[in-house]
Amino acid sequence: MDRFVFLTIDGLSRGAVYAAFALALVLIWRAARVVNFAQGAMAVAAAYVAYTVSAATGSYWVGFVVAIVAGLVLGALVDRVVMRHVDHASPLNPVIVALGLVLLIQAVLGMVYGNEFRPAEAPFSRSALTVGGVAVLSPYDLFVFATIGVVVSALAWMFARTPVGLRMRAAAFAPEVSRLLGVNVGGMLTLGWALASGVGALAAMLVLPTELGLHPHAMDLVFVSAFTAAVVGGLDSPPGAVVGGLVVGLLLSYVSGYVGSDVTPLAVLVLLLAVLLVRPGGLFAPVAARRV
Amino acid sequence: MSATRAAVPPKQRSAGVGDRPVDGRRGSTLLRHLAVALAVGLALVAVSYAVEPFRNFQLATVAAYLCATAGLTVLTGLNGQLSLGHGALMAVGAYTVALCQTAFLDRGMTGGWLLAVSLVAAIVSTVAVGAVVGVAAARLRGPYLAGVTLAVAVVVPALAVTFDGVFNGEQGLSVPVEPPPMALGAYFPYERWQLWLSGAATLLALVLLANLIRSRYGRTFRAVRDDEVAARLAGIHVARTQVLAFVVSAATAGLGGALLAVLAQSVSPGAFSLTLSLFLLMAVVIGGLGRLAGALWGAVLLVALPDLTHSVTELFTLSPAVAQRLEGNLPLAIFGITLIVVMIAAPGGVQGVLSRLGRALLARWPARRS
Repeated sequence: MDRFVFLTIDGLSRGAVYAAFALALVLIWRAARVVNFAQGAMAVAAAYVAYTVSAATGSYWVGFVVAIVAGLVLGALVDRVVMRHVDHASPLNPVIVALGLVLLIQAVLGMVYGNEFRPAEAPFSRSALTVGGVAVLSPYDLFVFATIGVVVSALAWMFARTPVGLRMRAAAFAPEVSRLLGVNVGGMLTLGWALASGVGALAAMLVLPTELGLHPHAMDLVFVSAFTAAVVGGLDSPPGAVVGGLVVGLLLSYVSGYVGSDVTPLAVLVLLLAVLLVRPGGLFAPVAARRV
Repeated sequence: MSATRAAVPPKQRSAGVGDRPVDGRRGSTLLRHLAVALAVGLALVAVSYAVEPFRNFQLATVAAYLCATAGLTVLTGLNGQLSLGHGALMAVGAYTVALCQTAFLDRGMTGGWLLAVSLVAAIVSTVAVGAVVGVAAARLRGPYLAGVTLAVAVVVPALAVTFDGVFNGEQGLSVPVEPPPMALGAYFPYERWQLWLSGAATLLALVLLANLIRSRYGRTFRAVRDDEVAARLAGIHVARTQVLAFVVSAATAGLGGALLAVLAQSVSPGAFSLTLSLFLLMAVVIGGLGRLAGALWGAVLLVALPDLTHSVTELFTLSPAVAQRLEGNLPLAIFGITLIVVMIAAPGGVQGVLSRLGRALLARWPARRS
C-alpha cells in the first residue's frame, strides 16, 4: 500500500510535467494546426541556456526565469523565421520542417556543449517527506505541482478572460473573419508559438532534474510521452491535455514501479496505439459525424 | 481530405515517376527495368574493380541505404504516409540477420546460401512488424501517424536493451559472415565482395519496386495519396492499399537494415536510433519525394556527407575534442538546415530541380534548331 501511494504521487508529479508539455503541443495545434515535433529540442535548447546562465550567475532562479524567456523568444523566432514560410497545404510539410529543426537544434547543442550528460540541479530536495511512516511527497514534487498549477490556471485565465486570449482564439478558429475585424492574425500566431515554447521550456526545466540530466536528446522520450498525453486528451482540448498528462504519468509510474523501468517506453507506445485505434479524437472529443 | 496528401505540391506531383503517359512506350515494363538493372549491375562490377576497397565499401553502404530510402519513397512520396519509424524497421531486419547468422554458425552450418536465407528471414520478420504497424497506420492521418511511428522509432532500440538476454543490450550482436567464395580466387578483396552482395540485393529490390510503381498497385497508391475520397469512390480499398504500401516499404527497409548489418558485421541499438529514422526521411525529402531517383540522391548524401565534413574539419587545425564534436554534429546540422531550406524553397528536392532543368533544356532545343 505504501508503495502504491508513493508510486501514485510520483506518477502525478511526472504527469504534471507531461501535462504542461502536452499543453504546449495543444496550444500550437489550436493556433496553427501544426504538431510541433521540434518542441522537445526547443525546450532542451532553452534549458541549456538556463544552465549556462545559472553557472555564470550562481543562481538557479535566474536560470529558471531565463529558460522561460529563452523559450518564448525561441518559439517566436521559429514561427517568424521558419514555420511562416512553409506551405501548409499538406500537413506533412510542417512536420518534416519541424524534424529538420530537431536535427539542427540537437546538432548545434552537441557542437556547443558536447554530447555527454550534464547534471541538472534541482532547487529543492528530491527525497520524500514521510507522513505517519509513509513516504509521500518530496519538496521538489510540491514545487512541480505549484508551478504547473500556476501556469495552467494563468493560461486558462488568459484565454477565457482577457482580450488577448479572445483574439488568439478568434485568430485560430476563423482567421479570415478575424482579420476583417482588425485582429493581427500573424501576431497572434507568433504569440501562440512563443507561449507554447515558453511552457515547453518550463516543463523541460522541471523534468530534467528527475531524468538523467541535460543532453541534446534528453527530451526525446519525454516528447513521445507528452505527445501521447496530448493524444489521450485529444489534440484540441487543453483540459484534456492536463488529464492526459496525469494519466500518462500514472501509467508510467505504475509500470516502472511494478514491472520495470525498461518497459516504460513500450507502455507508452501501447497506450498511444490503443487510444488512437479506439478513439482517434482522444477521450474528450465529441463524437464526430461520419466522414465519408 | 488534404490530410492524406503527400508533401509534394500539385505542380511537381504531375511529373512523378509513373505519371507519364504509358502508351508512348513499347515493350514490357519488366523487361525494360531488368535491362536497366543488368546494365547498372555490370557497371557496378566494372566500378568495383576500378576503385579502392574503401570506396567499394562506401558504395555497398549506399546500396544498403538506397534499399531503405527507395521503400520510404514509395510510402511517403507515392502513398502519402509519413513514417518516422523506418530506422526501427531497419533494426528489425538487422537483428534478424544477426540472430540467424549466429544460429547457423552455432550449428556448424556453412555455405554461401545461408546468407540468402538470413536475408529472406530478415525481410519476413520486417514484413510481419510492418504489417502490424501498417494496419494501425492505415487508420491514422498526418501528425497522428507521424507520432506513432516516432514512438516506434524510440521504442524499438529501447527493446534491444530491455531484452538483453537475446539482443545483448547496448553492446549489440556480431554478425558472422562467411568470406567470399573460393571460386572467385584466393585473394578476392572482401570489400568488393560486399559491394557485389549489397548491390545485387538492392538492384533486385529496386526492379521489384520500380515494377510495382508502374503497375496497377502503383496507380492506386498515388490515387489514395492525391484524394482519398475520390479513390474510395473509384472502388479502391483505401485501407488495404495503405497497408500494402507500408508492408512493401517495411520489407525494403528490413532488407536495407540487414545489408547494413552484414556490411558492418555487427548490430547495436545505437546504430538504429531515432536519428537514423530522421536521416532516412531527410534523404528522401532532399532527394525528391515521389521519385526512385530521388532515393538514390538521398542514399548517396547519407554516406557522402559525414565523409565530406570529416575531410573539411581535417583542413582546420582543431583540438581533438572540438574536432570530434564538430565531426559528429556538423552533418546533422547540415542535414537539418538543408531539410528546412528544401522544404521551403524546392519541395521537389534534388531530382525535382534536375528534371525541371532537363525540361527547360529540352524546351529550348527545338527553338535553337529552327
